[in-house]
Amino acid sequence: MRRGSGDACGTAEAVVRRSYGKLVAFLASRTGDVAAAEDALSDAFAAALAEWPANGVPENPEGWLTVVARRKIIDAGRRRRHVDDAAAPLLLIAEELEAVNIAADIPDERLRLMFACAHPAIDPAIRAPMILQTILGFDAAAIGSAFLVAPATMGQRLVRAKTKIREAGIPFRVPEANEISERLDAVLSAIYAVFAEGWSDPAGAETRQRGLAEEGIWLARLVASLLPGEPEALGLLALMLHAEARRDARRNDGDYVPLAEQDPALWDATLIDEAEAVLLRASAMGIVGRYQLEAAVQSAHVARRRTGRTEWTAIERLYDALLTITGSPVVAVNRAVAIGESRSAEAGLAALDAIANDTRLAAYQPYWAARAELLARSGDAAAAALAYHQAIGLESDPAVRRFLQRRRAALPVN
Amino acid sequence: MEYMLMIYGDEAAMQGRSQEDIGQVVGAFMAYTEAMKTAGVLVASGRLRPTSTATTVRIADGKTQVLNGPYAETREQLGGYYLIEAPDLDAALSWASRCPGAAFGTIEVRPIWQM
Repeated sequence: MRRGSGDACGTAEAVVRRSYGKLVAFLASRTGDVAAAEDALSDAFAAALAEWPANGVPENPEGWLTVVARRKIIDAGRRRRHVDDAAAPLLLIAEELEAVNIAADIPDERLRLMFACAHPAIDPAIRAPMILQTILGFDAAAIGSAFLVAPATMGQRLVRAKTKIREAGIPFRVPEANEISERLDAVLSAIYAVFAEGWSDPAGAETRQRGLAEEGIWLARLVASLLPGEPEALGLLALMLHAEARRDARRNDGDYVPLAEQDPALWDATLIDEAEAVLLRASAMGIVGRYQLEAAVQSAHVARRRTGRTEWTAIERLYDALLTITGSPVVAVNRAVAIGESRSAEAGLAALDAIANDTRLAAYQPYWAARAELLARSGDAAAAALAYHQAIGLESDPAVRRFLQRRRAALPVN
Repeated sequence: MEYMLMIYGDEAAMQGRSQEDIGQVVGAFMAYTEAMKTAGVLVASGRLRPTSTATTVRIADGKTQVLNGPYAETREQLGGYYLIEAPDLDAALSWASRCPGAAFGTIEVRPIWQM
């Protein structure tokens, strides 16, 4: 049975959007060549746009696209064979590909593709962009603007990384149990980078950025569903859901609202409940990790929606554990803020002083903002003003900048 | 696919070792080579004599120049290689990580251009 041609273009686009990563993964994992898989798929998509409106949408659109794309890869292999015999192995692979029976269901090999994109042999900075492109079909211009890199430069880096996958023989496989935690960490941090790019625009003023946060959650859901026994995959999903739940509460008429002053009624209870359930499943596995701890911090923050108060002592302990695992100065700053709440402003300042020698913090806005708040609370308005000044100069988000300027203006004149 | 595992290390430090130390390292390399043979991955291997024995040749302005010494003076030098057959990069990296040279130097893994 074939459907009418009226919505053929719409169907073609919908199939490609939904199945892009799955089809790239299927084709690339058999040829080892991501770029060739993408090219073949875009040719197949063009063929669908030409044929489906005239002949109707096939019963199994995914299968149709795969068969056509496979044919394009085989043709390309044969053409290359005429040019140089070096393409002979590729031709062999292409013929193997032809022998694969395309059943009604294309196997889902996106996880393998993600592990190839986040392989230790791939430059860490290009892993998240690669996942965006190969799994979600983003083009170099969209990825470049999200990561503040010129589109041409991003395009070159993506091409180079795909060439490396093909020429170095990077495998498309889910690592063995003994190496999965380290390798999964690379995949998770790439997905987190996707999410963080979207999160950096909390107002959602830029729809593309907002889209990135949603795509990040989608990817985390995908990994969590494919690796349900990996607590850190669940932890990352819980962390993102928690952050996403508070998106609307982070702004009031375009003004920045810090977490402590947010109205819990504006938090998305459905997302929070899901995050808590996911985190609970993760913690039941008994292996603590960075993302679970970060999600637990979020969980302690939103406990306020029931109890009316934030669990700062619990948060401080969670940051203690996170600091032990990561040694990250960013975590150390957050821990100092928690200490400032659970004990005293002076204790928080002492914790900040303990890390003040880390040169990475000189250009880290939250360090200066935290310092300014704690100094203000301890009564040292002059030093607080200087720290606010530094934080304001380092901030790129206009709403946060305005917030910091208002805080500075509210300091008592001395 | 074929991969070249190139072993870089500080040959001065190697030469400064005791006879017993060197014997241990050589023994470890022999066991490693045997393991590769048994696994059927070894295509070729060799240990290079030190860079003090190196001679470089190049043709400049149509004239052949022969110079005493290595291609470049570096802190670590190429000391040997293994050419192996492996299904993918992960398999090659796994062999590289077992190489005794990885403990005191660096193993560079490069795919061989397929002809």
